[in-house]
Amino acid sequence: MSRRALRTFYNLLALSLSGLATAIGLFFLGAILWTLIKNGVGGMSLSVFTAMTPPPGSSGGLLNAIYGSVVMTLIGILIGGPVGMLAGTYLAEYGRTSRLSMVVRFVNDVLLSAPSIIIGLFVYELLVVRMGHFSALAGAVALAIIAIPVTVRTTEDMLNLVPQGMKDASTAMGAYPWRTITSVIYPAARSGIVTGLLLAIARISGETAPLLFTALNNQFWSSNLGAPMANLPVVIFQFALSPYPNWQQLAWSGALLITLSILVLSVAARVVVSSLAQGGKR
Amino acid sequence: MNPVPAIDPAQAAGQRLRERMFRGATFAAALLVLLLLGGVAFSLAVGSWPAFAHFKFAFLTREIWNPVTDEYGALAPIFGTLVTSFLALLLAIPVSLGIAIFLTELAPVWLKRPVGIAIELLAAVPSIIFGIWGLFVLAPILQRHVQPWLIDALGPLPFVGKLFQGPPYGIGILTAGLVLAIMVIPFVSAVMRDVFETVPDVLKESGYGLGATTWEVIWQVVVPYSRTGMIGGIMLGLGRALGETMAVTFVIGNAHRISSSLLAPGTTISASIANEFAEAVGDLYTSSLIALGALLFLITFTVIAAARFMLLRLDRRALSSV
Repeated sequence: MSRRALRTFYNLLALSLSGLATAIGLFFLGAILWTLIKNGVGGMSLSVFTAMTPPPGSSGGLLNAIYGSVVMTLIGILIGGPVGMLAGTYLAEYGRTSRLSMVVRFVNDVLLSAPSIIIGLFVYELLVVRMGHFSALAGAVALAIIAIPVTVRTTEDMLNLVPQGMKDASTAMGAYPWRTITSVIYPAARSGIVTGLLLAIARISGETAPLLFTALNNQFWSSNLGAPMANLPVVIFQFALSPYPNWQQLAWSGALLITLSILVLSVAARVVVSSLAQGGKR
Repeated sequence: MNPVPAIDPAQAAGQRLRERMFRGATFAAALLVLLLLGGVAFSLAVGSWPAFAHFKFAFLTREIWNPVTDEYGALAPIFGTLVTSFLALLLAIPVSLGIAIFLTELAPVWLKRPVGIAIELLAAVPSIIFGIWGLFVLAPILQRHVQPWLIDALGPLPFVGKLFQGPPYGIGILTAGLVLAIMVIPFVSAVMRDVFETVPDVLKESGYGLGATTWEVIWQVVVPYSRTGMIGGIMLGLGRALGETMAVTFVIGNAHRISSSLLAPGTTISASIANEFAEAVGDLYTSSLIALGALLFLITFTVIAAARFMLLRLDRRALSSV
């Protein structure tokens, strides 16, 4: 009987520990969000959205950094999104089981978890060295390269969810594959593809490392894609490590802003997915 | 009944042309993915060539990093990268395993989804946020409450004591490892959860049928069945930890030296690049930093490729068991 008691004890112990582990994970998420809110909300004012990044000691905002982040993220997703969707389409529809697809799938998975700072070095060599200076365009290309593998993966997964019967029906009516893909498969997988794009945007909008030596930073307003451009992550990096209280306060506000936007995007993406899953069950 | 309309040859040719164009576009995009990896490898090789040609093999074995005399060695960053990642995994593996077990075997259905999403959101938090949190919240706590205790309690011990020497800076190798652990947990636990969910119910039910407790079923049925996938997930986490940049840059202290103490400041490959690259002057300096990047690429590529290979085999087995 004592052996049985021992087993029950081990069982309880192990299960409590796994509950504790989950609590630890949730605790850190809570701690980080709490810190951001505590330090960030105080500095949130209208001027954050209307004024430029200030010199040390005077007041200002993050307008140029927010603008730069939005511009580079948009260009990044406009380049990376379509390329990723097309490659994902190849893997899901044309290539499927071919040897090339296996290789592309594998390489894409490697790129998906490759360190983003290496992508930054690559774009530095590719664009910054050739052009002779840092530029917003180089930053956007770096972000696009990070967005591609995310989009490839989600697009392929989502296209695979479309029932084979729908594809067969279209083919049986004499449609070429491109017609089936663009008129039947894409509309059927639309919300899934949108989710993938949202996740890609969430991923690239917080990236800092690849922007450090591609877009660099800019204390002033600039809408010139050929010149260095301010962006939230790099501004947060510089301001947080500075000794000036007003810069540090702006860093916290920027951190709160960027984290909230990304969390909202991620949750929105999941809501779209779950509505797709329910639609699929009907 | 209407007669079947004749096919217009011009229209059919147009359709075929569009088919070729669309197919070509998707094919080109797929090739571009391959080209990207090739391009990354090629540009790193070219960029790092001057450094490797100048320092030869000594680049890998020397600790010196001196922009003034233009002498560079990669040993300290390599050491820091490996040690912080090892620490991170040491802390993250048990916690991730616990989370995966909780989510697949324990949590009531209504709790599964919200908790799962919350853990996934931890993965969505940008790494720079972990960095400022680590520097301004975690490091002071460690400095005031944890590190003095470690120095007093473990410092005098033989062997282990060497790891806990020196003043409590707050920032350093240990702090970087801890922050990395927090960042890696969602990735490792997500893979483990997915892997656990591929275990056929029949196997688990057989375990319960023999009178096993939940824990015995997990440890003797679920875990052995999922071993390859679990290792794949852990290595995926290792890949993340090795290449993580911003969070580490904030909390590691950025000192190009090797210390036996975990409390001392150090540096990692990615932190060195992030800190110094934009300000690096001189071809040899820049090239040495790119050479660091090439080393990081080699290390992470090997780890990630191995991880993906293991998860690939798992996918096939999961498919064949359906």
